[in-house]
Amino acid sequence: MRIEIRGGRVVDPASRTDRTATVCIEDGRIVAVGAAPEGFRADRTIAASGLVVAPGLVDLNARLREPGLEHKATLDSELRAAVAGGVTRLACPPDTDPPLDEPGLVEMLRERARHARRAHVHPVGALTVGLAGTTLTEMGELADAGCIAYSQGDVPLADTQVMLRAMQYAATFGHRVWLRPHDAHLTRGGVAHDGEIATRLGLPAVPSCAETVALGTILALARETGVRLHLQRLSTAEGVAMVREAKRSGMAVTAEVAAHHLHLCDMDIGWFDAQARLDPPLRGTRDRAALRAGLADGTIDVVSSDHAPVDDDAKLVPFGEAEPGATGLELLLSLTLKWGAEDGIGLADALARVTVSPAAVLGVDAGVIGVGAAADLCVFDPAVHWRVERRALASQGRNTPFLGHELPGRVRYTLVGGLVVHEA
Amino acid sequence: MTIARNPQLDPDGKLVHLLTLEGLPAETIVSILDTAAPFASIGEREVKKVPLMRGKAVFNLFFESSTRTRTTFEIAAKRLSADVINLNIGASSTSKGETLLDTIDNLVAMNADMFVVRHAQSGAAHLIASHLHATGKPHVHVVNAGDGRHGHPTQGLLDLYTIRHYKRDFRALSVAIVGDVLHSRVARSLIHGLTTLGTPDVRVIGPKTLLPTRVEGLGVHVHHDMREGLAGCDVVVMLRLQSERMKGALLPSSGEYFKHYGLTADKLARAKPDAIVMHPGPMNRGVEIDSPVADGERSVILPQVTFGIAVRMAVMSMIAGA
Amino acid sequence: MSTTAADPRRDALPDAEEALAALAGRMRAGVAHDAAFVGIYSGGAWLAERLAALVPGDHPVGFIDVSFYRDDYASKGLKAGARRSDLPFDVAGATIVLIDDVLYTGRSTRAAINELFDYGRPAAIELAVLVDRGGRELPIEPTYVGARVACARDLSIVLARDASGRFSLGTRPVEAA
Repeated sequence: MRIEIRGGRVVDPASRTDRTATVCIEDGRIVAVGAAPEGFRADRTIAASGLVVAPGLVDLNARLREPGLEHKATLDSELRAAVAGGVTRLACPPDTDPPLDEPGLVEMLRERARHARRAHVHPVGALTVGLAGTTLTEMGELADAGCIAYSQGDVPLADTQVMLRAMQYAATFGHRVWLRPHDAHLTRGGVAHDGEIATRLGLPAVPSCAETVALGTILALARETGVRLHLQRLSTAEGVAMVREAKRSGMAVTAEVAAHHLHLCDMDIGWFDAQARLDPPLRGTRDRAALRAGLADGTIDVVSSDHAPVDDDAKLVPFGEAEPGATGLELLLSLTLKWGAEDGIGLADALARVTVSPAAVLGVDAGVIGVGAAADLCVFDPAVHWRVERRALASQGRNTPFLGHELPGRVRYTLVGGLVVHEA
Repeated sequence: MTIARNPQLDPDGKLVHLLTLEGLPAETIVSILDTAAPFASIGEREVKKVPLMRGKAVFNLFFESSTRTRTTFEIAAKRLSADVINLNIGASSTSKGETLLDTIDNLVAMNADMFVVRHAQSGAAHLIASHLHATGKPHVHVVNAGDGRHGHPTQGLLDLYTIRHYKRDFRALSVAIVGDVLHSRVARSLIHGLTTLGTPDVRVIGPKTLLPTRVEGLGVHVHHDMREGLAGCDVVVMLRLQSERMKGALLPSSGEYFKHYGLTADKLARAKPDAIVMHPGPMNRGVEIDSPVADGERSVILPQVTFGIAVRMAVMSMIAGA
Repeated sequence: MSTTAADPRRDALPDAEEALAALAGRMRAGVAHDAAFVGIYSGGAWLAERLAALVPGDHPVGFIDVSFYRDDYASKGLKAGARRSDLPFDVAGATIVLIDDVLYTGRSTRAAINELFDYGRPAAIELAVLVDRGGRELPIEPTYVGARVACARDLSIVLARDASGRFSLGTRPVEAA
C-alpha cells in the first residue's frame, strides 16, 4: 500500500519542520517528505491542502476499561475514539478489574489491541500487586509481557517504605515508575478543590497540600533511588513550582498535565455539575495559570487526555457520589491547540507536548515525521471549530465537562502503520 | 468558563424551586418573609388550615432521617391542605439498586406536585430540579430541606424571619454564628441570607478545624476566640455539634469544645444586653450551649420552631403557585 | 397601568363618597346593633373603618385577607403582599357584615365566607358593598348596596383613598391572566 499525502502543512516538532510538503508512505513507513521518490506510484492520494500533517498523537493516560469494566467502555470503542482524536499510540494505566499486575492480563490486552488494528497500546503495569500498596509486582515478567512503565493508577501509595523499595527495585533494572502525587490521607473524602467554591457549595475538599506533600515524598525518594520517574497529572501551582525546582537542580524527571486542567477550574463546577467531577479536582484560576505557564516553559513536558470513560449512571447522581473522570481522547488535540493559540505557543511547540515529548517518556521511537519513521500520522484541519456533543463522540463514555463547548481543530485522517484507520 | 443560571428561578425571575438562598434577590427573600407573617396567625385559629394547596401531593423525601425538619414540613403542608406523603428512604432504595433519579421518576409518575428533599450529599436538590427540567416536568417543584453541607434554605429563612421579628433592620446588625461552620448547611444558608439583606457584620466563630477554607469569601469575619467574637453582637446563632465530630481529629472532646465554644451566661455577657440567642435544633445541652442560656429569657429557640412552620408554608405556597 | 383620565367610560362611575353615604343609610336601617364589620382587604377594610363610625351601634371591626382562599391560585399563584387577617372578636355565634368595595363575580365573597368559617360558626353573615357591577358567577347577592353600575368586562373598578381619607372610584385594565 502506497499513500501520498499531498500539499499539506507538515509540522514535525522533533525536527522543527513546518512547511508545505508531500508525504509519501510505503509499507507502513514514511519514504519521503517533499518530492516523491522516483517511480513512486501512490495507490491512494490524500489531498491535504489547508490541512496540517502532524505526527500521530501519543497519549500517556487513556483508560480503555478492559478488562473488567466493559459497561463503561471497551477496547474496541476506545481505540475507535483514539484514532478519531488523532491518537495513534497510548499508554493505559493498570487500574482495570483485575488490575494489570500479571503478565497474562497484559499479554491478553496487547493481543486484543493488536487485533483491533487501530492505535498502538502500551500497558502500564501495576507497581504493587492489586494496586494494594504492599507487595511488589513481577516487573521483569510484566516488562517481558509488554509493560513500559509501572504505576499505581489512581490509588495513592500510602506506605512510604513500600514506595522507597518499589523505586529501588525498579531502578535496579531501569524500569520506569509513573506516579500521581496525591496523599492518601489528605485526599480522603474530598471531591473538590479546597477553595472558595468548595466552601460555598459545601463540598468536602481536597487541599493543594494533598499534592505537594506527596510530591515532596516522591521527589525525595526518587532522588534517593535514581529511579526514572514520570509525574502524572499535576494540578496545583505549588506542585508546578516544586517540579520546576527539581528540574533546575538537575533531576531527570518528567511531568504531565491533563488537558482539562489547562482550561477549566473549580468555578466550572457551577451548580454541582457532575461533569466537572474530576480527579485530581479542578483547582483555582491561579493553579490553572501556573499549569499553563509550566507547560510553556518546559516544567511540564506532556499533555495527556486523562481519558476516563464514565457511564451515565455514574454521573447522574449528586456531585459527591459521581464517579470522577471524563472522556478525553477525542478532545486532546483540540484542547492542546486551544492552549497553544491562547498562550501564543507556535503550532510545532504545542504539538510537541502531545507527540515527541510523550513518546520520549514512553521510551519509544515515535511521534516524529521523517524518512524511515513509522507512518503514524494525524491530518487535521486547524481552521475548523467543532461543537462537543454526545453524539459527536466515538468513545463509549459520553461525559465531559466540555459538552457544548466549541473547540478548534478537527481530525480528518488518522494513519497507523501506513493505513488510514480514521477519516472524517 | 460557564456559570449556570440560578436554576431555582424561571426566566421571568419567579421562584419555582427553593434550592439555596445564594443568588436569590433580596426582594424575593423579603417577599417570602412578608408572606410568612400572615401564615403565622393561622396556627392560632379554630381551623389551622387554609385551602391553598388542596389536592396537591407533597412528597417528603428524606434520604437522611430528621424527625424534626420532616415534621415541620409535614405540618406546613397539611396547614396548606396538601396531601403529604412521607418517605424515609435512608439507604434502603439505593441498596436495592434504585438511583435517586429512579426514585424521583417513579414518584413523578404517581403525580407528585412537590418534593421536599433531605439528602446527605451537597447538590442533591439541584440534581433533582435539573432532572425535572430535563425530563419536561417543570410543574413539579423542589424544596431543599437540607443537602449535605451545602444549604438548608428554609432554615435560613426562618432564622431571618426570627431575626427580623426581634431586631427589625438587618442593615444595623452584628450577627455571630458559632461552631461547626465547616459541616453546616444552616450556617451557609444563613450567611447568604444575611449578606443579601445587607447585614454589615456577620461573624463566624470556631476552631480552624471547623471553619472552611476561605470562608471570608462568603462575606464574614472570622474569629477563633469566642469572647472576642461575641463582643457587641445583636444576634448569637449557635450551631449544632454532631457527636461524630469527635472522630477524625477535628476536636479532642466535647468537654474541651464546650470550654472554648459553648455558650454560657458569662460569654453571652460580651454580646449586647438585648442580644438574642438562636439555635437550629436539636440542641446538645452542655456541648454547644449551657442549659440556663438555652432556657433563658434571651433565647428565641422555641419561637424559631413556630416561625419555621409559617416560613415553610410561605415557601411551599409561593412555589406551588408559580 | 393606572387609571387613564382619557377613558370615556370612567365618567359613568358614581362619586365614591356619595355611594358611601347611600350605603351607610341603608345599613342604618337594617344592621344589628352589635354586628361585627369585617372588611375585605384592601378597599373593604377602609370602608369597614368608615362605616363603623357612620352606622350607629357597637360594631367590632375586623379585617380579612382572602389570598389564602382564592380559587385562582392554581392559575395565578399566590400574590405577593398577603396580609394577616385580624378578627378581634369571637366569630362563633357572631352576626357579621362582610364589607367589600366592588361586588362583581362573587368569588372574593365566597373566599371570605369560607375563611370566616375557619374561625368559627357565625350566627349570620350579611354582605355590604359600595358598588355592585353585576356579572355574578356565583349565587351571591348583597344585603346592602351603595350604588349599582355597569362596566366593561376588560376594566376593573378600583377604590382609592387620598391623603385626607377621601374615597374615589376609578378603573384600570384587567391584568392579563
